[in-house]
Amino acid sequence: MISGVRIAAAGLCLAAGALPALAKEPNIETSLELGMELRVFPNDPALGPQRDRAVSPSFYLEPEITADWNGGVDRLTLVPYARVDRDDDSRTHVDLREANWLHIGDGYDLVIGADKVFWGVTESRHLVDIVNQSDGVEDVDLEDKLGQPMVQLAVPSDLGTFSFFVMPYFRERTFPDADARLSSGVRVDDDAQYDSDAEEFHPDLAVRWSQVIGDFDVGLSHFHGTSREPRLLALDPANPSNLTPYYDQIDQTGLDLQYTTDAWLWKLEAIGRGGHGDYFPAAVAGFEYTLFGIRGSDMDLGFLAEYQYDGRDEDGSAPGTLANNDTFVGTRLTFNDVDDTSILAGAVVDNEDGSTLLSLEAERRIGDAWKVEAVARFFLNADSENGLTALERDDFVSLTLIRYF
Amino acid sequence: MGKLQRILALAVLAISPVLQSAYAETPQEKGRAIAEETDRRDLGWGDSDVVMSMILRNAEGESSVRELRLRSLEVPERGVGDKSITVFDKPRDIEGTAFLSHTKILDPDDQWLYLPALKRVKRISSKNKSGPFVGSEFAYEDLVSQEVDRYDYTWLRDENCGEAAPTMECFVVERTPLYEHSGYTKQVSWVDKQDYQPRKTEFYDRKDALLKTLLQLDYKQYQGQYWRTHRMDMTNHQTGKSTTLTFEDYSFKVGLSEGDFEKNRLKRVR
Repeated sequence: MISGVRIAAAGLCLAAGALPALAKEPNIETSLELGMELRVFPNDPALGPQRDRAVSPSFYLEPEITADWNGGVDRLTLVPYARVDRDDDSRTHVDLREANWLHIGDGYDLVIGADKVFWGVTESRHLVDIVNQSDGVEDVDLEDKLGQPMVQLAVPSDLGTFSFFVMPYFRERTFPDADARLSSGVRVDDDAQYDSDAEEFHPDLAVRWSQVIGDFDVGLSHFHGTSREPRLLALDPANPSNLTPYYDQIDQTGLDLQYTTDAWLWKLEAIGRGGHGDYFPAAVAGFEYTLFGIRGSDMDLGFLAEYQYDGRDEDGSAPGTLANNDTFVGTRLTFNDVDDTSILAGAVVDNEDGSTLLSLEAERRIGDAWKVEAVARFFLNADSENGLTALERDDFVSLTLIRYF
Repeated sequence: MGKLQRILALAVLAISPVLQSAYAETPQEKGRAIAEETDRRDLGWGDSDVVMSMILRNAEGESSVRELRLRSLEVPERGVGDKSITVFDKPRDIEGTAFLSHTKILDPDDQWLYLPALKRVKRISSKNKSGPFVGSEFAYEDLVSQEVDRYDYTWLRDENCGEAAPTMECFVVERTPLYEHSGYTKQVSWVDKQDYQPRKTEFYDRKDALLKTLLQLDYKQYQGQYWRTHRMDMTNHQTGKSTTLTFEDYSFKVGLSEGDFEKNRLKRVR
């Protein structure tokens, strides 16, 4: 009897000892980001089919669910995304931003599933960054990305980190609806065409080496597979504004380099690409210089300048680009206040015809769980030969109120 | 050497820092010896992990909360500073943002910032030593590891440690930053004579006016050796703002290594 009690007690103690561990693993965390956006278009649309709506509301939801176990070396991440837009049927869309398993092994880490990967250093154009497709309906800056299915193996070593990517499925770029603003008045077909017979199932491959050498951060990468940039082909003789996206097979080698000294960040991104007409180079180079604590305050004022060059053919064998010979200048004001207020204003000017994209991005936190973001983009002085001309009357200001749960 | 002589020699070596401070000829030597002793007593902590929270208050009494975790790695070589990663949990809009710092002695630190929304790791300028850390009254230079050779020292006097440790006697030591871009002309710190831990520090701005006072409270000892403060109260006398930084219990020797403090691991940190 006594021994029975003892055993039971010992068992209870064991169970109690084991319980906290059981309760902790897997360690599950959930959160939700909800954004309400108003886009204001002060001008009437230029193009016939575009709806004349001065104010376009939309909202988005981005939940995040993570579970980790084995002390954090295994992690599942799920980040679905959905946006509903009243005036752009294409912008109303869903995506899986992330759905992956991460395993941090001994001397390597492995990601299997949809993930987002960023490569690069410059601010005005992300030339080297090629793993993820742009979610083009989100914003014209193409900085929002679709989740990319992949197997990613990263091996850190004294000689730098070597990363290997196999991407078995391709994501098509998203485009605004033809009758929405910022569509350039064209309808981009849902039914894409491909260089590869395997179409979107062509296994794309990439390898990257990155290393910190003193004040230099260096990355070298090579991508072999389906171009994330489509050529837009007018294949419908009845309607030349109906365009079909065509995704070529390309090889792209990229270099990204940053030299950090004192308050200066010197940046270079350069690529060479084959598969879009003649092999061509492209580069973005520039700097960011920051004045810290201006006039004895806590505020920092940064100055940015970058030159954009792109040597691609302009005969239709490569996707069009606005950044062939352009200059970006900008300024960043960081308040360093309790609400993390910051403003980034900049202009990209075409050195040949003067067409200008003017941008302003500002944000600040409100309380502990809210944030407000403002984005304004103005298309100025657009030359009739420049791609900006189709957006000329689509200047907009967007205000987003974000709530974190 | 005979056995007894060896023991004696060892004993002299062991107490030599104490002897140095007792017989230091100049206030400069004495001030430095005190800092060396603080450093010596903390040698060998290896690596640590701690959960922190920050309460920021403005002059009107409004407050705002930050929650963060700090992982640190001791780099034993004297000429190289320690490494740390700070990960933010709150406020929610910066959740997952991580800050990696490789501290140097006199050269600029190497710093990277991980922005989870873009999955982007940015190398940032570390010139901003005197800027506010996440809007708080702590500057970056107040929170990085306190390497001995970053300062010149002058012992001023001995006195009671004051409000932070009223039962203890303190050395009062003035130290002047030797690294560039400090926001301070000098700091005056009260270091207790028993454990050689800083209890209070006054910060003087570039005009040599009293800017801030830091109280370091709730010290606990780990592994029978390493003292850590669990509450830091920083008050800015010029703006009336204040920040309280509190620490939950530390974990020491959790198995972190240099590889965990590499730039490319930053995006894997949680």
